[in-house]
Amino acid sequence: MVDLRWLTSLDLVRSESSEEEIEVDARRLPYRTLNERLAELVRQGASRLRVLAVSGQRYLGTNLMAPVRVAIDGVPGNDLGAFMDGPQIEVMGDAQDGCGNTMNSGLIAVHGSVGDIAGHSMRGGTILVRDNAGYRVGIHMKEYGERCPAIVIGGTAQHFLGEYMAGGVILVLGRSLETGDIHPSRYIGTGMHGGVIYLRGKFDERFLGKEVGVAPLDDDDWATVRQYVFAYARYFDEDPEPLLRGSYAKLYPRTRRPYGRLYAY
Amino acid sequence: MSWSDLENRYGDDRVSSACGLFGFIDTTGERHDGQAAISALTSMKERGNGLGAGYAVYGCYPQLAEAYALHVMCRTEDDRNEMARYLAGAFEIVHQEPLPVHSSAGVVDAPLIWRFFCVPRQADDGDKDADEYVVRAVMTANTRMEGAYVYSSGKNLGMFKGVGHPEEIAEYFRVADYAGYLWTAHNRFPTNTPGWWGGAHPFGLLDWSVVHNGEISSYGTNRRYLETKGYHCTMRTDTEVMAYAADLLMRRHGLTPKQAALVMASPLWNEIEVLPEEEQRTCQTIRQTYGPLLMNGPFTVIIARSGELIGLGDRIRLRPLTAAIAGPMLYVSSEIAAVHLIERQVEAVWTPFGGEPVIGRLGEVPECPRAVPKRVARIIEEPTYG
Repeated sequence: MVDLRWLTSLDLVRSESSEEEIEVDARRLPYRTLNERLAELVRQGASRLRVLAVSGQRYLGTNLMAPVRVAIDGVPGNDLGAFMDGPQIEVMGDAQDGCGNTMNSGLIAVHGSVGDIAGHSMRGGTILVRDNAGYRVGIHMKEYGERCPAIVIGGTAQHFLGEYMAGGVILVLGRSLETGDIHPSRYIGTGMHGGVIYLRGKFDERFLGKEVGVAPLDDDDWATVRQYVFAYARYFDEDPEPLLRGSYAKLYPRTRRPYGRLYAY
Repeated sequence: MSWSDLENRYGDDRVSSACGLFGFIDTTGERHDGQAAISALTSMKERGNGLGAGYAVYGCYPQLAEAYALHVMCRTEDDRNEMARYLAGAFEIVHQEPLPVHSSAGVVDAPLIWRFFCVPRQADDGDKDADEYVVRAVMTANTRMEGAYVYSSGKNLGMFKGVGHPEEIAEYFRVADYAGYLWTAHNRFPTNTPGWWGGAHPFGLLDWSVVHNGEISSYGTNRRYLETKGYHCTMRTDTEVMAYAADLLMRRHGLTPKQAALVMASPLWNEIEVLPEEEQRTCQTIRQTYGPLLMNGPFTVIIARSGELIGLGDRIRLRPLTAAIAGPMLYVSSEIAAVHLIERQVEAVWTPFGGEPVIGRLGEVPECPRAVPKRVARIIEEPTYG
């Protein structure tokens, strides 16, 4: 069920490459101009780009329909990698809201935190977040056939994690929590009817979404978690072993159709 | 010319939603020119559609700081004369002038905008009564006159707003030339109400100003309640109730910003149930007392008054707001890129929980709440504005 193809592409991102990296200065460029310039470079055969001084420009990576690598310095705007199909984006800091919105394939790795609704309606590919995430991460995320999107958050997330989640994997590692702290996230999995959420660390069971069940991890779950923990650790140069210790819980949808009877009389 | 002529210049009914908010307070009281707020707001151009932008600046009239600075929009010269006559009856007018504007700014169909620096004629009873007197005078003027109204009435507070993009409105009103220790700014994308000059944000009463993103679905209930307290809504947009609610709760009833947040964005009942007993009683009492001022629907607002800035989102955070600290500066913005654009040394960045106010006060070093997940703070080598 887990899409492992991105692991190979991950190696590409982190390994030294002989390919030339082309720098693009984003200063004062409107988002349309900037995205067109990046697309033009890719059409001309560029495979590694570095965008400098980004300041809120939206939709970066959306129109690059190829497995190119894009490093972003500065603060990318909303909907980073929206509808993205193929590229591997590395953000050297925080991303804003809507990162990976309806993303189809590829990788977004954030050396910082993301805002609200990261991975909104995501249907393939992977998002790795070193630190924390805002509200409604993975809302409406879905999977089909071999495509299984994944979001790994190193720290913690705010409320409505996995809202209306229909498929895919969300893993939250709780690294930013201090001893004794619980995840602040409330209403996790509200409306969830597919996919799975793994939480490392304590959380408040009184405020889970009504549609969510809690279970210990079985062997298959551990295999999935291990893969993503290793990927996270390798990407952000962390030791995976401590991240595999601690209490893990699996949150799953108790029914595939939570609202099947909502409007039926 | 009617007000409707000053409305939506595209004559369409586009519905999308965004709106850009930005604000900061320098808690040392040092004054900053308008360029930072203009650059930050303009960088979020996509959040608006040219149908409204505006700025509020606190501390911009130091020479006339003791007079109420009434900013007035008028359709015609006759309307302005009528307003001037009314104000001259109610106040001693210390100074009056048209707002200086650059007519080349690309702004069209602008109304006449004047400022009157006023002292209430019967102000011997102290500040509190003077404030009440000004509220009554503003309400009377705005409900009686068809072609002119007061849209800003605070001391040492200026508001500059209209139909246009952020950079157009800034150039038109020469916003960069003003200086203040607290700025709020708004880029509008009107959805449910017309994009007209009076409907641009900020909204104000006395020294309150409000900029708002979202919609207040409870507008009808809120408005009816406020009318029973002497506030009359004349601007045809939901944000207005937020300014009057702030005035009622925090000035007249003396609630703290945290208590006012419990009124406007109360925690859900199931969250109140698990609070310690004392807090539970507070929340219950507040909800029972001020139920009609609960603001329902998706919203983020920045509410400000002299010396204080409050950022607040609805309780389930359906609109964005990010907060940041840099030394004595507290920033709130729809998008954090706007802050990094103008501030080199951001120390802390966080996403406030819905319903939890971000508060900055003159003379108090801003602090990041402990319980909220932090974001990366970093130094941008070279600020890109200026």
